[in-house]
Amino acid sequence: MTAVFCLLAGAVPNRLISLNWVDLAIIVVYFAAVLAIGYYLKERASTGEDFFLAGREMTAWVAGLSFLAANLGALELMGWAAAAYQYGILATHWYWIGAIPAMLLLGVVMMPFYYICKTHSVPGYLQLRYGEGSRGLAAVSFGLMTVLMSGINMYAMALVMKVVLGWDINFSIWVSSLTVAIYVALGGLRSAIFNEVLQFVLIWLGALLIPIFGLLEAGGWSGLQARIAQNFPGADYTHLWRTMGSFADNPMGIHWTGIVFGLGWAISCGYWTTDFLVVQRVLAAKDLRSAKMAPIIGAAFKMMVPFIVILPGLLGLAVLPMALVGEDAAVATGGHSYNEVLPLMLARYCGPGLLGLGITALIAGFMSGMAGNVSAFATVWTYDIYRAYIKRDAADAHYVRMGRWCTVLGVLVSIGTAYLVMQFKSIMDYVQALFSFFIAPLLGTVILGMLWKRATRAGGFWGLLAGTVSSIAMWAWVKVDPGALAVIALSSHAKDMAENMYRALWSSTICILVTVIVSYMTKPKPESELKGLVFGCTELPSEGHLPLIQRPVFWAGVVGAAFVLLQILFW
Amino acid sequence: MEKPREPISIWYFVGLILTVYGILIAGAGLYDLLAGVKRQTVLAELHAGVWWGGLLIVLGVIYLRFFSPGRRKRQKGIGE
Repeated sequence: MTAVFCLLAGAVPNRLISLNWVDLAIIVVYFAAVLAIGYYLKERASTGEDFFLAGREMTAWVAGLSFLAANLGALELMGWAAAAYQYGILATHWYWIGAIPAMLLLGVVMMPFYYICKTHSVPGYLQLRYGEGSRGLAAVSFGLMTVLMSGINMYAMALVMKVVLGWDINFSIWVSSLTVAIYVALGGLRSAIFNEVLQFVLIWLGALLIPIFGLLEAGGWSGLQARIAQNFPGADYTHLWRTMGSFADNPMGIHWTGIVFGLGWAISCGYWTTDFLVVQRVLAAKDLRSAKMAPIIGAAFKMMVPFIVILPGLLGLAVLPMALVGEDAAVATGGHSYNEVLPLMLARYCGPGLLGLGITALIAGFMSGMAGNVSAFATVWTYDIYRAYIKRDAADAHYVRMGRWCTVLGVLVSIGTAYLVMQFKSIMDYVQALFSFFIAPLLGTVILGMLWKRATRAGGFWGLLAGTVSSIAMWAWVKVDPGALAVIALSSHAKDMAENMYRALWSSTICILVTVIVSYMTKPKPESELKGLVFGCTELPSEGHLPLIQRPVFWAGVVGAAFVLLQILFW
Repeated sequence: MEKPREPISIWYFVGLILTVYGILIAGAGLYDLLAGVKRQTVLAELHAGVWWGGLLIVLGVIYLRFFSPGRRKRQKGIGE
């Protein structure tokens, strides 16, 4: 016990933060609470519907917060705070235009089809709409990428804990991932969702003090702008769109077309509307109205996340006495890297207890992301691979057992990936790139499937395949010949970040074109088989009888208006 | 057939953990305040631990009260 305490209190002399007993007590209480919730919910996860879809009885608020929390990983928090320090308020694009329109699209347009067809998963929808080929391709790629990404996040998080707190990497990996495995295996998706809501609250309460104190110290928003201008003369860190007119005018090397069409359409809609990791939370809603409201509630909170993520990065530019540098330069000079801005700000303002709460927020972020990964993996593996191709007619209890076991298996594969990345760090870049290959093309396939009756089985499969292969080809082209970036991003001033945007845009466009062309060459399904799956063949329940304040489309309009207002305010 | 037991609301768990955290954080803050411990953190003179811990306790108690299993059962009973 004493050894564990010493390990947690930090035996590494050059760690950023030292914890005392109150901080450790807060972290221990957190672990006890998430395990207790998993144990408590065990008895309510006896059927497939319970285990994989939380009994489809979540309220809009619970589903909406869980939808957001599954994406709000610790690396997301620290990574985007670092990006804000490096690129300024431009990083906010990933929270606003890179999320809000897509979440509203999911809630208002796409959710009815996912929900009405009663699918268990996104690959499950593809099977109903396009047949086995598209389902198989999407399920295998999603299952594989999910556990690999989970492992990479796990390793990166353990590395952060080592740098920030001096914790042993093996200890961080095993304790946090086994905790997730236990509570998800016990209570299934309901346990993951309950814990994600708890984690969401803790993330906010743990991180909120930094912007509050930072703004007090800097003298409000105008004081912050003045200090940044004083510390970094000539650079524009506080305007969203003003520098987007040319690739050469902003530090990201991106043009507004890349942000709007590449990020706002291809990447964002691809992720928020087709990645089963987040969509699964909404499928657990208790009725269609809740399922439509959940992404809208998530969007409202997503719009506020820059307050606890981007603002600390900007405050770092204004108030930190030292200049942060890139990872390599930090290692070479012994300085601090961009990635340390959030822990540095935490240590700047938070004393005993508050520090523990802040660290718990980071751990909670990591665990909510990982629980999202493993619960989605367990569902896709069990329903879209195991039941579809290996054992078709087993009893429901058999699939629940399989779900529990592959939750544990998914965590173990993630741990294995984490150790593999530890040995061969370049794997991290490859796997992250691999994940991006599938997201944007899938958007084209799903959205055509939902909105266009004429899309055929062959069109869906070949469109998805062509989009994915073209994405891989463009990525490989730039790897072999970096000059190709100028062709893909349409400018010689484009930087790495722009490549992702335009690659996503082209691959989703290719997917759509191929789907349309092949569909016109092949025979469509009769309309009777498209009921509940496609616009025009599905009777959507009317909301006309509801008061305005209860209609999802009204709230989507409110969130959309707030989104536009924010763009204007920070233009 | 026996009706399945209504699960405790997630908000009750949230209330529970916020209350425990509030007590720990406010306690640590009060100790610093009363014992005159000087912390090196910026704006330490605002004693954030005391008021932030207090806020957590207030929020936690509100959640505990409104989402307690007993209260929900009574409300359901009235509804039925």
